[in-house]
Amino acid sequence: MSAKPCLRVENLHVTYDVGSTGFMGARRKLHAVNDVSMEIAAGETLGLVGESGSGKSTAGLAILRLIDVASGTVRLGETDVAGASRAELRALRKRMQMVFQDPYSSLNPSMTVAQLLEEPLVVHADVPKDERRSMVGRMLESVGLHAGYAVRYPHEFSGGQRQRIAIARAMMLHPELVVLDEPVSALDVSTQSQILNLLKKIQGDSGTAFLLVAHDLSVVRLMSPRVAVMYLGEIVETGPSGRVYDEPAHPYTAALISAVPFPDPERQRTAHRIILGGDLPSPMSPPSGCRFRTRCPFVMEICSKEAPPKVAIEGGGMASCHLHAHGPKLGGRSLVGFMKDRALVTVE
Amino acid sequence: MSDNTAPLLEIRDLSVQFPSPHGWLTVVDKVSFNVGRNDIVCVVGESGSGKSVTMQAAVGLVQPKGGRITSGSVRFDGQELVGMGNRQINRIRGNDIGFIFQEPMSSLNPAYTVGEQIAEVVRRHRGASRADAWKRAVEALDRVHIASASSRAAEYPHQFSGGMRQRVMIAMAIACDPKLLIADEPTTALDVTIQARILELLRELQRDSGMSVLFITHDLGVVADIARYVVVMYGAQVVEAAPVDDLFGAPRHPYTSGLLGAMPQVALERGHDPIAIPGTVAQAHAWPTGCRFNPRCLYRREGPCTTGALPLTSVDNGLVRCALTEELRPILGRATMVPA
Ligand SMILES: Nc1ncnc2c1ncn2[C@@H]1O[C@H](COP(=O)(O)OP(=O)(O)OP(=O)(O)O)[C@@H](O)[C@H]1O
Ligand SMILES: Nc1ncnc2c1ncn2[C@@H]1O[C@H](COP(=O)(O)OP(=O)(O)OP(=O)(O)O)[C@@H](O)[C@H]1O
Ligand code: SF4
Ligand code: SF4
Ligand SMILES: [Mg+2]
Ligand SMILES: [Mg+2]
Repeated sequence: MSAKPCLRVENLHVTYDVGSTGFMGARRKLHAVNDVSMEIAAGETLGLVGESGSGKSTAGLAILRLIDVASGTVRLGETDVAGASRAELRALRKRMQMVFQDPYSSLNPSMTVAQLLEEPLVVHADVPKDERRSMVGRMLESVGLHAGYAVRYPHEFSGGQRQRIAIARAMMLHPELVVLDEPVSALDVSTQSQILNLLKKIQGDSGTAFLLVAHDLSVVRLMSPRVAVMYLGEIVETGPSGRVYDEPAHPYTAALISAVPFPDPERQRTAHRIILGGDLPSPMSPPSGCRFRTRCPFVMEICSKEAPPKVAIEGGGMASCHLHAHGPKLGGRSLVGFMKDRALVTVE
Repeated sequence: MSDNTAPLLEIRDLSVQFPSPHGWLTVVDKVSFNVGRNDIVCVVGESGSGKSVTMQAAVGLVQPKGGRITSGSVRFDGQELVGMGNRQINRIRGNDIGFIFQEPMSSLNPAYTVGEQIAEVVRRHRGASRADAWKRAVEALDRVHIASASSRAAEYPHQFSGGMRQRVMIAMAIACDPKLLIADEPTTALDVTIQARILELLRELQRDSGMSVLFITHDLGVVADIARYVVVMYGAQVVEAAPVDDLFGAPRHPYTSGLLGAMPQVALERGHDPIAIPGTVAQAHAWPTGCRFNPRCLYRREGPCTTGALPLTSVDNGLVRCALTEELRPILGRATMVPA
């Protein structure tokens, strides 16, 4: 990673207030993001994967200060985002943007495409009118849409086209960082790759940093050289995508990867999968020690007693799991050899 | 009454229309396929291609939504369902045919416990006593691996996670031991670890109770995992149908082959960017003439691909609707699956 990251997040915590039904009307807090740290360089994509409800969107929203940060630091370049005042935030808005999962509800239906794309220029940059028009035309063409579409309304477009519009809108002010929250999961497989290829091209041209939130691991691997895996509000493993996918060092990552069905029936019949029992525990009362222990196939005694420390992993990145210092004492090696011994994966 | 050698479900030339600003539109166009006994058939296809409407029509659910069946027949276990009276078809649906709808979150009533909701289905269809129905509800929850089923049955939907609610929907659909389970995208909203569990569960139910499954999805990974036979839809029509190994081993229709090439997993394996299918899906009010896929097809040829409507023809072990099938055989065959 380059010396000066575009985004640096340290020990981020985010909580939600969930009613005041407790004792004496005490407010109950849901700890959705717990001690998350990450860095993204300019022009780089970091993938963020994990189970539904693990806190991926919450982390993305908090990084952009679209929701409040409970504690921790978020820096965009040299600017403090987490502690920014209202006025400072206004200036920050044009430097960071978000693309949401649902292209059907994220665009205001009463605005034309031109109005949607011009809005950030008017609100944040005060660009003169005819210049705005030509910027809109150029941006539409760069996302593969006809400049003439500017006069149309969102409902006149397919899901894939709407997602192009949403991306164009996010890119209008040449932001330094864009959080892409499941940008293709609402789209047809046949059009998903159009959008993925478009995002790669745009990033190549603009040098924008992307935080790509997705539950499709293949999409993340394809798009991002590095990946972070979340479970119940915490990052449990990070590393270069190739290493994390081929040599996972945390049992949750291993389970996640083994669960992706591959479009080859022969392979599906012979593949061994780690089927996780149980369900994601409530973040209101996370398990003691390791948060994954209620579903982990390798759980040991220590796992309920102590939170696992971060261990550096061979080939890059880190994982938080007791198996590295206890039991098989993996010492930073991947889980693959250990799982082969336990006949949890097939040996080719 | 039921002939055990005939397929469990036989859909023949089924056509469905819905009203629109452009008049009545044919959104399901002469669709035919079978589901055998103890079988798993998957239907895949583009969004809007008519997958859900086909299933809804098969079990009498399009008329209540303002649609109409304009042709075809649906035989289930020896009985014709098209034209059957409401009361009769309602009895079959829920009893012999379990149905899981595409939007699971909206299909559970937040005001009743999950046990009450399952028991209600059992009472309505089986005329069981309250106590018996409750017992069956708990059993059904247990079969879908909800831990401590007897106490969880007394909880409300909001107390369950998304994956558990999806399993509750499956429990409700199987509570009456149906012969056929129709599952419309039952795992699309879930993440892969929970999806893997639900696929395992469906396979287990099929194996242990002899139930057949008709499964709608747009994920070819899921199809490869669970299907015996696959039906591919595009533009309201079946464009290809074949046993799962044939379909993945040698896709015969350019749309199927394009869909495989667009899968990120396949692209990763082959070390290139996913190959997008260009363009967007045609709409029912403006199908292109000739092959409905032709504006997006890599192999399109003026004339054969753009003139008349194309028939579904028999090729090897399957069926395909393409004018250039023989010509494309060496190009499409296994092309997508073999590392380049
Ligand atoms: N506005 C909110 N108020 C209270 N709790 C919330 C709110 N938004 C999210 N949560 C809770 O915070 C946790 C993390 O949710 P989040 O949406 O960040 O997960 P996610 O990883 O993005 O999941 P998904 O893959 O389903 O989008 C969950 O337990 C969720 O129920
Ligand atoms: N109740 C309805 N009224 C009018 N048109 C409808 C209705 N239900 C479906 N349609 C139309 O019928 C066509 C086929 O829809 P269907 O829901 O079967 O698609 P699908 O293949 O299931 O797509 P998806 O993958 O998005 O679920 C679409 O063009 C849709 O707009
Ligand atoms: S710390 Fe223990 S419970 Fe947690 S992932 Fe590692 S082995 Fe499993
Ligand atoms: S008929 Fe022609 S356009 Fe249609 S799928 Fe076949 S080759 Fe492509
Ligand atoms: Mg989310
Ligand atoms: Mg559907």
